[in-house]
Amino acid sequence: MATTAIPQSSPAVPAAPTGVWSWITTTDHKRIGVLYGVTAFLFFLLGGLEALVIRIQLGGPEQHVVSAEFYNQLFTMHGTTMVFLAIMPLSAAFFNFVIPLQIGARDVAFPRLNAFSYWVFLLGGLFMNASFVAGPLFGAGHLSVAPNAGWFGYANLTSTQFSPGPNIDFWVLGIQILGVASLAAAFNFITTIINLRAPGMTWMRMPVFTWMSFVTQFLIITAFPVITIGLVFLLFDRVFGTNFYNVRAGGDVLLWQHLFWLFGHPEVYILILPAMGIVSEVLPTFSRKPLFGYAVVVYSGVLIGVVGWGVWAHHMFATGLGPVADSVFSASTMLIAVPTGVKIFNWIATMWGGRLEFRTPMLFAVGFISMFIIGGLSGVMHASPPADLQQTDTYFVVAHFHYVLFGGAVQGIFAGIYYWWPKIFGRALNDRLGKLHFWLMFAGLNLTFFPMHFSGLLGMPRRIYTYAPDLGLNTLNLISTVGALLTGVAMLVFLYNVLASRKQPPAGKNPWGAATLEWAIASPPPAYNFSVLPTVKSRLPLWTEDGVSEIPDVPPGPIHVPPGSARPLIAAVGILTMGIGALMHHHFLPSLLTVLGGAAILVYGIYSWAFEPFEV
Amino acid sequence: MAPVPHRRFPAAASWPRLAALAVGLLVVGCASDRFPQTTFRPVSDAGEAINRLYGQIFWWAVFVFAVVQSALVVTLIRYRRRPGQGEPKQTHGHTLVEIAWTLAPAVILVVIAVPTVRTIFRLSGTPPAGALQVEVTGHQWWWEFRYAELGVVTANELHVPLGQPVALAITSADVIHSFWAPRLSGKRDAMPGRTTRLVFTADSVGTFLGQCAEFCGDSHANMRLRVMVDSPAVFAAWAARQSAAPPPLDSSDALVLRGEEAFRRIRDPGNHSCVACHTIAGISGGALGPNLSHVGSRTTIAGGTLRSDSAGIARWLHDPPGVKPGSLMPRIELTDDEIAALIAYLHSRK
Amino acid sequence: MSHAAAAHYTSTGLDSRKIAFWAFIGSECLLFGSLIATYLVYEGKSVSGPTTHQILNIPLTSVSTFDLLMSSLMMVLALAAVQRGDRVWARVWLAATATLGAVFLSFQAFEFTHFVREGLGFTTNLFGSSFFTLTGFHGGHVFVGVVWLTTLLVRSLQGKLGPDKALNVEIAGLYWHFVDVVWIVIFTVVYLIQTTPLPQGVR
Repeated sequence: MATTAIPQSSPAVPAAPTGVWSWITTTDHKRIGVLYGVTAFLFFLLGGLEALVIRIQLGGPEQHVVSAEFYNQLFTMHGTTMVFLAIMPLSAAFFNFVIPLQIGARDVAFPRLNAFSYWVFLLGGLFMNASFVAGPLFGAGHLSVAPNAGWFGYANLTSTQFSPGPNIDFWVLGIQILGVASLAAAFNFITTIINLRAPGMTWMRMPVFTWMSFVTQFLIITAFPVITIGLVFLLFDRVFGTNFYNVRAGGDVLLWQHLFWLFGHPEVYILILPAMGIVSEVLPTFSRKPLFGYAVVVYSGVLIGVVGWGVWAHHMFATGLGPVADSVFSASTMLIAVPTGVKIFNWIATMWGGRLEFRTPMLFAVGFISMFIIGGLSGVMHASPPADLQQTDTYFVVAHFHYVLFGGAVQGIFAGIYYWWPKIFGRALNDRLGKLHFWLMFAGLNLTFFPMHFSGLLGMPRRIYTYAPDLGLNTLNLISTVGALLTGVAMLVFLYNVLASRKQPPAGKNPWGAATLEWAIASPPPAYNFSVLPTVKSRLPLWTEDGVSEIPDVPPGPIHVPPGSARPLIAAVGILTMGIGALMHHHFLPSLLTVLGGAAILVYGIYSWAFEPFEV
Repeated sequence: MAPVPHRRFPAAASWPRLAALAVGLLVVGCASDRFPQTTFRPVSDAGEAINRLYGQIFWWAVFVFAVVQSALVVTLIRYRRRPGQGEPKQTHGHTLVEIAWTLAPAVILVVIAVPTVRTIFRLSGTPPAGALQVEVTGHQWWWEFRYAELGVVTANELHVPLGQPVALAITSADVIHSFWAPRLSGKRDAMPGRTTRLVFTADSVGTFLGQCAEFCGDSHANMRLRVMVDSPAVFAAWAARQSAAPPPLDSSDALVLRGEEAFRRIRDPGNHSCVACHTIAGISGGALGPNLSHVGSRTTIAGGTLRSDSAGIARWLHDPPGVKPGSLMPRIELTDDEIAALIAYLHSRK
Repeated sequence: MSHAAAAHYTSTGLDSRKIAFWAFIGSECLLFGSLIATYLVYEGKSVSGPTTHQILNIPLTSVSTFDLLMSSLMMVLALAAVQRGDRVWARVWLAATATLGAVFLSFQAFEFTHFVREGLGFTTNLFGSSFFTLTGFHGGHVFVGVVWLTTLLVRSLQGKLGPDKALNVEIAGLYWHFVDVVWIVIFTVVYLIQTTPLPQGVR
């Protein structure tokens, strides 16, 4: 394979700037993607550490490794971190890096808004995790005042009456801040995909990863406003004493559950669709065959997004909705299994008749399919309300969602990491170490989560810091704990691989021989991505004779690369300041001044952003 | 590129072994004395209906799992790259096949949906006439049971008669809890400001364990319950004793007398006292904690986490928040004699 | 493709900002939809305190509604003026729109203070909480709009709002019309269609 060194700079285009300031002010989607990826992965490790402590505490009955109070913080932060600070931003890392390259664009539609999304995410994640050490600032008896009512924060446990400390305030404000980041990014990617596709890149020529990501952005812009309002109600109840979840005033605790799950169900599709998109890219590449049934895979993704709005109350079967509502939501939940299952068949059919190469990305993609089958089937079991009444709120559902989120989304994300790593950094990760990582993690996740199907149906509820020794749950829990430790070891292998990857040989443009546009340019790509905007003539541009116009290595003329800007970071700091001010709501004047000060910083950031010279 | 060795599907997850593991554990799961909270050995009509439905869904799931995982494994083995192979055929789809594998799962889902909806409606009808009505109230972190028609108030241990429908009206005094006695029924959330319902008819005598199944704060894990299914005669006798006044004190037992006196008298600097939170018929009317009028007849205390023998009560009285983190019952300094006296007194409240 | 053409190539021929803004409007529909749905769910369920019949002033609110509708007309005229390069009228209509928006806000401020004096506060009951949150969010949006319009007015006074900047005004107009439409919905649902309140305390 030719590995011609592509000049990263030419007289026409200067080299990308280096140094910390250039990263702080970057508006380049590739750099922002790397920032997302590194930050999200660190949060992923933090969430994993929280899981390890949970598993060590549960490794045997009636243990005292951590206190009940701290345990409740751990499982809350584990869930919140994995959903909002790990999986979503890891997907965002790929949205950022890959989508413009796959559609033949120079960058996203709004590069500074892109940077803003990243900074808000980082500051929101730091804000929420600061709660672990913020206790003294609030006069609490201990160091940690981390959120402690679960990642789903059911009212009215989250009211001031039952959660008097700042823990829930950190949670509410943290998620609100993170929501801003996700929404801003979603507007950006929707516009990018609609408006910046290269000539000839019709909708049905778009790569499946971009399609699934597109559907995901619509889920974000429709679902996040609902949780925003639910959280506003909770915040107002806690800060001002409104009555939204105040039972004595006639408020309904189920209002929270409806608002939360109207967001929460689309959220799980937000978590899985990008990974499904990644699998849909990796499988054809390593099968040397196009995706089987491209149109159906695309349509089923859209259908999942739409029908995903009609299933939310299947999280509420134990609340006594009534037989009609139970039946309707049971039916819609079973319905959504069809487009989901169809994808699995399309993926297997893609490999059928192919020439399969089991490089690391392919192992993770196949692992995704295998584990998603299991998670999907336990999901169908949940879809039957009477059966679900024995499964919901037990370790059975913990097994279900870890199979789809860890066995599914996380494996899909690792497939993406190994797949696109050479494109991002110019050198691939070591394949042998990658395979070791895969097998250790595959064994670990199965060892951890498969026994949970049993511990759940044998009577172990969720969210318990300990369990009685005579319930027959001891061995199952011990196996899960061993599995978790094994999974931790797998992560160490991955980290070592990352550090050692610098010694790998340069990858060249298309080390996997893939079909989509991002593989037509240098690895890593130059700042301007494409020396000329390509004209696309096929869904598989690099696999089709004359599938895309020629993209010269050296740009024919000067290419303007947008400058950096510090304004997005300033605006993000304004939002963080407002959040900190709201945290202090027990002290009226300092709180008000801080919120107003933050608003002033935000407004300054927005105005200076709007009026600074910035040409895309 | 080095040749890739023949890849086996990972042994741990190969489907024959998984199926064997599943069956093995199911058999083990049938040993309900080893698994007191198992959902696989129901002792009521409701539990059986759920278990039957689950069984149907489970075997369909096993079937789909076997078919799809086999297809995956066969594909992986059959089409792995071999040296000397050319480009594979570039198929893009096949409409008929795609229709077939869209319809097949849809049909299976309909087959599951029909008994599902039937069971939903069967489990949700109005309770039959003659059902025993019990009001269940979840508290942080204990269960209150009131039998209004029988004049019985008790905590954490739900006695029900064999063969008679039991209609639970479930609510909460504070946050959302969930009533779950797996061998008797699926769970039902207990919510403040709302009443939910569960109906079941037990078909076996015995004691069946359960616990709260909705995160409700610090001691959610410690909010346990027991369902005692009694023969109708035993139940009637129990109800009669519970609704009557507790037995009079034995005036010759100095320890018991000291216990009653301690119960009335104890008050800590923070003004916490037994009488403020607990009801003992004829002595006090507190309503924050469980009714203790007949606590001596119960087998457990502290939300079902401790036996109600001397050691258990002593441990509880010594340090309630130590046993149940977040407990509303505070730690009050008690002398060993006070504790012994209180134990004797509480044991006498049968 | 040459760089200049490449830099401004779009798949749809539309400006990206317009597309992004429509997506934003879509999400705002869900935001207000959640607020309105909550209001409807809680209507008639207040356990104590004043309720809709006792406190809403439809004639007065009809005037402020008309005011907001007229402001949308002003906005349309402002956009037309900017598009044809008419500096004077652009400023007049922009100022008029912002002023009418500010008038709407003062009507709301008056209404809110009156309600509080009549015993309906933010925390009084379900009606107070859901009403003030819903209309407060809307008012907040109007406020942002007034600030936005004032900014455009200042740019116009500085001579920096020519026809080439018409898209900025068009997007501000999109926002303004959306906020107006949301008000029509709120006015209809909250003020005009008042369901018979259930007896207090009954679910």
